[in-house]
Amino acid sequence: MARMKFLCDAERCIECNACVTACKNEHEVPWGVNRRRVVTIDDGLPEEKSISVACMHCSDAPCQAVCPVDCFYTTEDGLVLHDKDICIGCGYCFYACPFGAPQYPQEGAFGARGKMDKCTFCAGGPEEDNSQEELDKYGRNRLAEGKLPLCAEMCSTKALLAGDGDIVADLFRSRVVRRGGRPDNWGWDTAYKD
Amino acid sequence: MAAAQAPTKRKKMMLWTGILMLVAIFTLPLTGYLATGSVEAEEASEATNPRADTWRQVRQGSEGYSAVTGRETNELIQGSGENWRQLRNGPMATYGSWLLVGVLLVLSAFYLWRGQVKMTHPRTGETIERWTVNERFLHWTTAVLFVILGITGLSLLYGRLVLIPVLGKEGFGVYADLAKLTHNVLGPAFMVCLLIMVVIWFKHNFLNRIDLEWFKAYGGMIGDKHPSAEKLNAGEKMWFWTLATAGVALCLSGLVLDFPNFGQEREVIQLAHVIHLITALILVAFSFGHIYIGTIGTEGALEGMTGGQVDVAWAEQHHDLWLKQVQEKQHSK
Ligand code: HEM
Ligand code: SF4
Ligand code: SF4
Repeated sequence: MARMKFLCDAERCIECNACVTACKNEHEVPWGVNRRRVVTIDDGLPEEKSISVACMHCSDAPCQAVCPVDCFYTTEDGLVLHDKDICIGCGYCFYACPFGAPQYPQEGAFGARGKMDKCTFCAGGPEEDNSQEELDKYGRNRLAEGKLPLCAEMCSTKALLAGDGDIVADLFRSRVVRRGGRPDNWGWDTAYKD
Repeated sequence: MAAAQAPTKRKKMMLWTGILMLVAIFTLPLTGYLATGSVEAEEASEATNPRADTWRQVRQGSEGYSAVTGRETNELIQGSGENWRQLRNGPMATYGSWLLVGVLLVLSAFYLWRGQVKMTHPRTGETIERWTVNERFLHWTTAVLFVILGITGLSLLYGRLVLIPVLGKEGFGVYADLAKLTHNVLGPAFMVCLLIMVVIWFKHNFLNRIDLEWFKAYGGMIGDKHPSAEKLNAGEKMWFWTLATAGVALCLSGLVLDFPNFGQEREVIQLAHVIHLITALILVAFSFGHIYIGTIGTEGALEGMTGGQVDVAWAEQHHDLWLKQVQEKQHSK
């Protein structure tokens, strides 16, 4: 089975935020929650770089390790998904996650957290594939339809890559060779151990 | 006699110093652990390559700009989360369970060996007031809140290990949801009770020479000596000061966790969580001892906190200086 990975090519990302918008629209993400975001460093300076980031679906995922109710599971594709029926909105996965991926719809007073929401790699949740419940809770399950994540699919500069980690790495390597630079596959040494 | 006592005294001192040092050795280095950025080894630096500089910046969690607003959305990688995970799931959970189970085992062993500390003189039938209605109400409200907070809090820490095998993930999820809500709502109520307690019982808790003597006689728990004590003995004073320090830290760190609406950053929350967990474990462990001594450990001790009255014979045995004070007051009236 393929090991799914995300990669954002910072030499190409133009901070258009289309991935953010596409994700929000595709999955009807709750109010106040963004599963993906673009971060620009050294904004406005010559060395400005932008990176689109969401859940990286880590190996040995920190979120999974600290969850008090153990509601995460890793799919055969290496995706880290979770069960909202079990999640208690404690926030621990957000404290532990290196990429700030877990988000919470605000529920009640004093910022009390609702059930956690994060990027699913467009692979839904534990419910039956493409069922109405899955759509309501986790958004669309594009993987079950044989498609890759929408954010990467519609990225205009093809900066954001998603798919089988080996293919993504090969593609990126060939770009770097042509470009004559250093391979900065951002976040991979934090996220992936396989 | 005095010469024979000196070596055992020194041994006791050494034992306590040793224990203190052990505790410090385990806990102090952990605090610095959180502050260090990433656990990963820094890669060899290439100070002059501007692109490498950019990536180093990112790895070190420096901030950028993001059009997506929200909690720390402009930070790409935070390294302290992994440290927090290692700390919580590793040493804190492990040593915590040893501490709690260890204290329970020691108390059980002690009970088997010593049994209940009985009253040495028959009851006189004459009683004096030890705790007023208000004090008892405060004590039991705080105690009930403490037990509920302890159980719900520890369920979040150990439930995955202990309760999921029993209840299943769905069942535990339902319970944990309720436990979290209960813990978060009752926490501030406990804090109010604790603060009142600290204020009104402060005057009974100044440490002095009498307390030193009390410790040297092991509070009368070992052997047949009955050390003098005021209204509160040295053991009770230690419990008070633990509550007044670790307990207050527990409440304050709890508030940081309880109210995420003030935009506190993850590093602050992680630190608060570590403090909350360490102080919670210390207090729960200490409370086992407090409950043991107050109930099955000492004959007649519970009466003062339930009915408010204690027998004069009990007061003479356990709190002689306090009894004298009360009696003097009565005579002078
Ligand atoms: C007897 C006193 C208390 C004990 C024994 C206790 C214990 C605990 C424990 C063991 C945890 C779980 C840590 C983990 O899973 O790693 C926890 C979490 C927490 N505690 Fe306490 N606690 C106490 C009092 C308080 C107080 C006074 C407050 C608030 C003012 C508070 C607020 C919290 C919060 C907000 C959490 C995080 C829970 C969540 O959101 O899921 N606690 N506590
Ligand atoms: S990026 Fe965060 S949420 Fe996603 S798997 Fe890794 S630790 Fe979990
Ligand atoms: S917020 Fe939900 S998914 Fe995250 S650690 Fe808590 S219970 Fe688990």
